[in-house]
This record gives sequence, C-alpha cells and structure tokens, in this order.
Amino acid sequence: MSRARLLQGNEACAEGALYAGCGFFAGYPITPSTEVAEHMAKKLPKRGGVFLQMEDEIAAMAAVIGGSLAGCKAFTATSGPGFSLKQENLGFAMLTEVPCVVVNVMRGGPSTGVPTGPGQSDIMQCRWGTHGDHPSICLTPAYVQEIFSETVRAFNLSEKYRTPVIVAFDEVVGHMREKIEIPEAGALSVVDRTKPICPPEEYLPYDDSQGDVPPMANFFEGYRYHVTGLNHGPDGFPVNASPRIHTDQLRLLRKVEANRDDIARNVEYRLDDADVAVFAYGICGRSAKAAVDLARAKGIRAGLLRPLTIWPFPEAQVAALSARARAIIVPELSLGQILFEVERCSKGRCRVEGIHRVDGDPIHPAQILARIQEAL
Amino acid sequence: MSERYEIRFSGSGGQGLILAGVIFAEAAAIYDGKNAAQSQSYGPEARGGASKSEVILSDDTIDFPKATSIDLMLALTQEACTKYCGDIKDGGTLLADEDFVRDIPNGNFKAIRLPIIRTASEDVGKAFVANIVAIGAIAALTGRVSREAIEKAVLSRVPKGTEDLNRKALAAGYELVERRTN
Repeated sequence: MSRARLLQGNEACAEGALYAGCGFFAGYPITPSTEVAEHMAKKLPKRGGVFLQMEDEIAAMAAVIGGSLAGCKAFTATSGPGFSLKQENLGFAMLTEVPCVVVNVMRGGPSTGVPTGPGQSDIMQCRWGTHGDHPSICLTPAYVQEIFSETVRAFNLSEKYRTPVIVAFDEVVGHMREKIEIPEAGALSVVDRTKPICPPEEYLPYDDSQGDVPPMANFFEGYRYHVTGLNHGPDGFPVNASPRIHTDQLRLLRKVEANRDDIARNVEYRLDDADVAVFAYGICGRSAKAAVDLARAKGIRAGLLRPLTIWPFPEAQVAALSARARAIIVPELSLGQILFEVERCSKGRCRVEGIHRVDGDPIHPAQILARIQEAL
Repeated sequence: MSERYEIRFSGSGGQGLILAGVIFAEAAAIYDGKNAAQSQSYGPEARGGASKSEVILSDDTIDFPKATSIDLMLALTQEACTKYCGDIKDGGTLLADEDFVRDIPNGNFKAIRLPIIRTASEDVGKAFVANIVAIGAIAALTGRVSREAIEKAVLSRVPKGTEDLNRKALAAGYELVERRTN
C-alpha cells in the first residue's frame, strides 16, 4: 500500500530507481548526492541487486555501462566534479547505445566550488559535456515527489531509446525533505529494453533496418557482440570513412529529436493570460511559482513555464511564449546558461532577462517578484 | 500562501539540528497530516561552524522551502544566533540557550531564554539530547504540532535503545516552557 512518507529528494531519487527496476548501482560518494548512494547501498542488495563503490567516478561510470550490458538497469549519482569525470564514458554510452541513468545533484562550481550549496551551472554540461555531436535527454524535477517520478521516467526513456538519461537537480531539492507517496507497483509504467527475437548467430546489435532503436541483447544470454567507442557498422565492428558514419550519427540524434513529444514534459502555471512569464527549473522553479502567486495577488498577470525535460530544450513552448508575453524572466543559479537558450528560441520577439545567483543560496521569490514588476 | 509558519533551528554542526528539523517536519507532515518542508544549510565541516535547519509549515503547497520571514528561531550558540537572527520577522520569537547565548542581538522580536543544553546534560543526563529538549520546548511554545505526533516522530528517528532517554528529553523541553508560563 502506498502511504505518505517524509523523504529527502536524494532518497526519493533512489526509491524511484528501485521502483523502475534498477539492479545495479556503481558510484563514488560526493556531496550533495551521497544520500542517493547511501540509500541504494541499504536497499539494493536486499532486493538482489548489486551496489558497488568504485575507486572514482570514471570507474563508476564504466561499471554502470558494464552492468547495463549485462542486463541490469544501471544507475549512478554524482555532483559537479564527479560529473566532469563521467563525461568520457557518458559519451561512450551514447555512441554504443547503452541505457543508463546518471544523476547530477548540482552544487556550485567550477572545480570543488561550493560542495554544500545549490547550483545550476552544470546545465549546459548536461547537454554538451561529452565531446562530439550527440543527443541528450536531461530531466529536471523540482519537488521530492517529482524526483521520484522523473527518476522512474529517466529509466523508462533510457531503456526505450537505448541512451543514457541524465537527471539533474540541485542541492536544495536533493537535500530537502517533504511528504511523498510512493505509488504501488504497477501504478506507474515501467519500460524494459526490447530484446532481439532472432537467434544469436543472426543478431546484429546495431542493425537499424527495422527502426531507429535496434533491439538490445544482454550479455551472458547467448548473444555475443562487439562494443566499441569507434563508429561502427551493424555488427558492432569499427567502420572508417563510410557513409554509414553519417547516417548512424543522424540516427542517434533522431532517436531523441523525432520523439520529442514522448520525451518532453513541461509544467505550465497561470500562463494563459500572462504578460510576464518566468522560465525556471529546479529550485528556481519553486521560487518562481511562489513569485507568480505573489504577483497575481497584486493583480499582475504573471505565469511560469517549468520544464521537467530541459534537454531536448522546449523550443516550441518558449517560441510560443515569446510571441505572446512582453518579457520572459529566467532565474538561474548560474551566471547565465539557460538564459541563452531562452534567447535563442525567443528570436527577439520579447525581452528576455536573467536573474543570476551563485553564492550558495537560492534565488528568493521576492527577487523574482521585483523583476516581474520591473518588466511590466 | 495561507498560514505559512517558519521555524529555524540553529547552532553548531554536530548538535543534531538537522535531525531536529527532520523530526519536527515529520511530526507535522506525517503524524499530524499537514504540509511541511524541511531544508538545511551547513558548511563543509562535520563538526563546528554555524549550522541551520529550517521547517516550513503550511496549509497550502509549499513552493519556496527556505525561511525568509521567520516566526520562531532556535539558537543554541552565540555564533549561530548572531549570524542567523536577522531573518526573524517583526514580532517573531527568538528561543536562545540561556548559557550559550549571552548577547541577544537587537531586533523587533521577542527573546525567550531557556537552559536547553543544561537541562539536557544535568536533568536528562546527556548533553547530546539538547536537540530533543529543544524540540519539546518549540512544540510547547508554538502549539504547531500535537504532542502525540512529536513523540511518535522522535521515537521513529532516534537510535534503538535510546527511546527512554529521548522521551525524557522531550518531556523536559515541554516542562521548561510550562514552568515558565505558570
């Protein structure tokens, strides 16, 4: 039976992973994400899963890829410095199409930065952190209940599209506690990767003739195949200077681009008649919602667009908003990252203004309210 | 935002103030069925330094989880008191430890001084239950959570084998306030 519990965001993230059927966690503890690992260490072995603390974040990401290839839904959690270390293997998982979930509980950066304070300055790293053209799916929950459900969704998207999925939130929502209800098994859908139906000797791990997401065989179930970070052909072996590279790279992007409607999730709050809109995610999304309520109480028509999927970016929603609002305000715990995405999609149709804070404290509703009033 | 009530627990790292916030929020949210959000702020040190934990109570959804206009602030050290009391709202309450907070900063708030740490170490017998004594005092002062809820929350969060000690600490906190008002 589902019942209300007071859980920390990080604990809810681990509970979401367990609900989604995660069987393998490898990680290296780092503030402010450590409670995700602690919770997995407590719970996962009791469910027959494996918890591994590795020697560092690079190895942890490598282990996650191995765990997933072996058939487990695999998961790691980290923060800025550790997220930087994971980038190389994150790119490997994208090119080799290995499903996995990477949680980044953002703190202040660069480098060791502010370990115990919230940040949002890794958000472009969530999009472009690893080198090369590549797709990115990144989910940005803001409430403890959402951290649970978006972590489940991250596993589902990762299995469905054979790609790593990032869940990015910040120290405030990672560490804060509020009431959540964990749904009963079956209440939320859980997606498993599609396995091949052909016999092992006919299996081609990257054969895209039947669709953009080739079926994935688990290791140790009789299917043998080659996994390489080099561009590869349908059989998984390297190809060089081949048109296949171009078409395959396009396919990797298309897996995400062509399925935006399935991947995207946004919360629109009091936006219908809004003169001033706020675009915010994570803790800033929570502050912004409070600010919108304060503005409405003063008779100001303000509204909020809060993406739960920040990558791929909600381009159409921002474009539509820019056509009807006088201004879009972008509060973020960085010196200006997501602001540029909003500007890009607004194409000069309305004013776009940032509120930036990186001193280890969140942006308060009063700060956003003041800017809403100025923007009128 | 109807009836938002903000509490800040402050002191030094290691005094159990984050746990105090968690217990208070759990009492309100789980055992009393209200909305509560608990958050925390601490430095990289495991011990020492000013540490705070905040609990927001509301009948409504809680969006911003941090305290900005505090109804009641607990201070167990002078450093925390001086550093954090500026956010107490006009007419709010500062609950300060009688021995460890010597200077009550100026402000438009009511200051109440109680021997929280001394009560824990001398009457209850262990200084480390000062956080639970404080919870009892705050529950009694604010009336924001039921005694039944706070007792359940304390007992569900403390280590096995320390239940009697913590029950005694909670009762001592209530008594500090009751004695004062009688």
